[in-house]
Amino acid sequence: MGKIVLKSVRKSFGDVHVIPSVDLTIENGEFVVFVGPSGCGKSTLLRLIAGLEDTSSGTIEIDGKDATALPPAKRGLAMVFQSYALYPHMTVRKNIMFPLKMAGMDIEAATKKADAAAKVLNLTSYMERKPGQLSGGQRQRVAIGRAIVREPAAFLFDEPLSNLDAALRGNMRLEITELHHTLKTTMIYVTHDQVEAMTMADKIVVLQAGNIEQVGSPLDLYNHPANVFVAGFIGSPRMNLLTGADAQAMGATTIGVRPEHMDISTSAGKWKGVVSVAELLGSDTFLHVNVEGHGSMTVRAGGDVNLRHGDTVYLSPQDGKVHRFGADGKAIA
Amino acid sequence: MARSTTTNSKVIVTIGAWLVGFLIFFPILWIFLMSFHTEGDAIKSPFAMLASPWTTEAYQAVQTQNSYGKFFMNSVVISVGSTVLALIIGIPAAWSMAFVPGKKTKDLLMWMLSTKMMPAVGVLIPMYLGFKVTGLLDTRTGLVAIGTLINLPIVIWMLYTYFKEIPGEILEAARMDGASLTSEIIHVLTPMALPGIASTLLLNVILSWNEAFWSLQLTTSDAAPLTQFIASFSAPEGLFYAKLSAASTMAIAPILIMGWFSQKQLVRGLTFGAVK
Amino acid sequence: MATQHSRIAARFMVAPSVVLLFLWMIVPLVTTIYFSFLDYKLLVPKPSTWAGFDNYYYFLTDRTFLASILHTLAIVLGVLFITVVGGILLALLMNMPFWGQGIVRVLVIAPFFVMPTVSALVWKNMFMNPVNGMFAHIAKGLGLQPFDFLSQAPLLSIIGIVAWQWLPFATLILLTSLQSLDGEQQEAAEMDGASVLSRFFYLTVPHLTRAVTVVILIQTIFLLAVFAEIFVTTSGGPGTATTTISYLVYIQSLVKYDVGAGSAGGIIAVILANIVAFFAMRMIGKNLDA
Repeated sequence: MGKIVLKSVRKSFGDVHVIPSVDLTIENGEFVVFVGPSGCGKSTLLRLIAGLEDTSSGTIEIDGKDATALPPAKRGLAMVFQSYALYPHMTVRKNIMFPLKMAGMDIEAATKKADAAAKVLNLTSYMERKPGQLSGGQRQRVAIGRAIVREPAAFLFDEPLSNLDAALRGNMRLEITELHHTLKTTMIYVTHDQVEAMTMADKIVVLQAGNIEQVGSPLDLYNHPANVFVAGFIGSPRMNLLTGADAQAMGATTIGVRPEHMDISTSAGKWKGVVSVAELLGSDTFLHVNVEGHGSMTVRAGGDVNLRHGDTVYLSPQDGKVHRFGADGKAIA
Repeated sequence: MARSTTTNSKVIVTIGAWLVGFLIFFPILWIFLMSFHTEGDAIKSPFAMLASPWTTEAYQAVQTQNSYGKFFMNSVVISVGSTVLALIIGIPAAWSMAFVPGKKTKDLLMWMLSTKMMPAVGVLIPMYLGFKVTGLLDTRTGLVAIGTLINLPIVIWMLYTYFKEIPGEILEAARMDGASLTSEIIHVLTPMALPGIASTLLLNVILSWNEAFWSLQLTTSDAAPLTQFIASFSAPEGLFYAKLSAASTMAIAPILIMGWFSQKQLVRGLTFGAVK
Repeated sequence: MATQHSRIAARFMVAPSVVLLFLWMIVPLVTTIYFSFLDYKLLVPKPSTWAGFDNYYYFLTDRTFLASILHTLAIVLGVLFITVVGGILLALLMNMPFWGQGIVRVLVIAPFFVMPTVSALVWKNMFMNPVNGMFAHIAKGLGLQPFDFLSQAPLLSIIGIVAWQWLPFATLILLTSLQSLDGEQQEAAEMDGASVLSRFFYLTVPHLTRAVTVVILIQTIFLLAVFAEIFVTTSGGPGTATTTISYLVYIQSLVKYDVGAGSAGGIIAVILANIVAFFAMRMIGKNLDA
């Protein structure tokens, strides 16, 4: 079981209020991703849940019990760190067995569990190696193995993929998602990468400056961003955000159009611009267009579009795909 | 820059470097050679000495007439004892300063270091009189106590720089894995810090072994370590070249070996981490 | 960043070291200061009386004191000069590729591990002795008059002995510093068209400055306290030719048993050392942040 409830949780370091006040409920079995730019407080929030930091005020409940004052070990959570934090002097097997040893489990049962975890993670042939002899991806798996064997109420991941190269990151993303399907345990995952958030989460929590900007499913956030910040943060390439007369004409302070919701034409359209860079990805083409009065806009076009630097184009937003935001930055329904 | 080096210049550098190395090392080599000759041969001219027969009689004489073993044991007990004690006191201190740094940690470290800069003569008299009153003069206990205090700042500093290099996330991982503070220290911190602790031990044993202010002031015979024993050869009536050589060779050999192992740590330890 | 729990534990673990060092530093020092204001002679069986600044006056107006300051300075500066210049040259030499680097390095470092009493006595008897010493034998071999180092040039001889002990330290630190030179930076400078000479002056020298400063500061602390070498070679003589502050304090207090004057001398030594230490601490403290 792993339902985690945060009630008015605050955290300050001296005069710096890293987390002004957060209320959040994480249901049992959910895969929740905390996402936000660096310094938004997402890691701090995770560490508060882990018990590695004291809360300044507020309560943290795990499975209905107040865990605010419990030391990390007593909370029944497992954590995978950004640096993996493997014990360099222990073999892979000893690393995975360590939490069981700390829990006082007898060696035989612990070994059995570690071996089972290793099998799930394809680590069986590396059990006698030390972390220093493993690749980044393998180390990552050992760190996950160490978390799994504890059968925790919830897993906490602190940017676990940021030290891996792009290809491996894609694989590990899948593996962790699969793991979640298998274990059905609550997972809280911190990342600054909105792609990870979109692809892995059941529920995304977008944070900025210690405040929760929006909570919702990935598609919720994509289709109905609650404010300008979420609109700009979720989705890649970034949503085009426009202000001025065009926005006012639609009864908003800011309007947003995603690059994939922008039609492009060489003859006519709403906005006229000149292509500055065309990024050819094969499947898609990202066009960066300099539009008079609005600066650079990004358009996602098909892979077969034959436009290049210097071409004049016309852009128009697709019907019903324009997001409108008021003067306070909040979305207008 | 290896690519631009020709074999010729490498030969010249090799000759020069070996020559300089040999000259610097020569006094040590010479006492080693001298220690294997008789007193009579030892004061002959260098070539005459080398040509004279080799013998271990000086070593035997130092042992039987001067009970070298006693002084050696005193040195061992004092240097190892004071270092181990300093480690026992210093490890927890260095641990907490490295992993739970506060606003005052830096000041505290600097203050500890400043105790090292106090000249011994500034506290010589109270220590001497205090030792006299408490009966600690010429006891191993007294010297171990002083040695511990002398070592403590260096021990804490060295350990601190080593501990600083252990990533904090690993200790947090241990905490998440359910380790108590005790098992965190025993199972995670200590094994990872062991190489650092070992070099700290080594360097401080070396420094204590060679410490020659307090050992000369506070011991006479019972607790006298090798520094004091060797100093007794300075009196003209006690001067025997071969015996002095034999005693010196035995006094510096263990430390030379330990020193070779701790070259790298030496720099770090003696510069308090300022040069690595 | 840690929890309240670990912060409290941390305080408990630092406490023993802090208390011990505090006692070790403060109690004897305060006692010394107290003694320095007393007329307190161990050999005179009368109760010690308050002496005000008499001891300081006595010490500071003693001709030997001024001489001892000069001798101390001579030893510190002389040894520093030899070891820093020699150390830079040696480090540059040993940083070049040659066969047997490891062994030569060991040979060069060795003197640092020789205990002070051994090196002093070995130099005094086996090398500098005017009858049986190696130098005397060489002089005689060349048909020259043997030179009695320790009576004719006592201070220089001691500087030589101490420099031999500290040269390895300087060399080792400067060599370590040289080896930590950034290779890519050197290559970047080479690409930028810098010659070997300008690379040395613009990159190597500034890089070494820090290490040289460290060498100077740390050696100064140890050199101010040189004792054993003087104790076993010249005992401060001939006359007072090699009496340093440390040695003078020792003579006053434990040879003449004048505790008051000795203490005053000790306090003066502490003040002098603190002036040096002040700069040393600032230097090391700066590196803490880096």
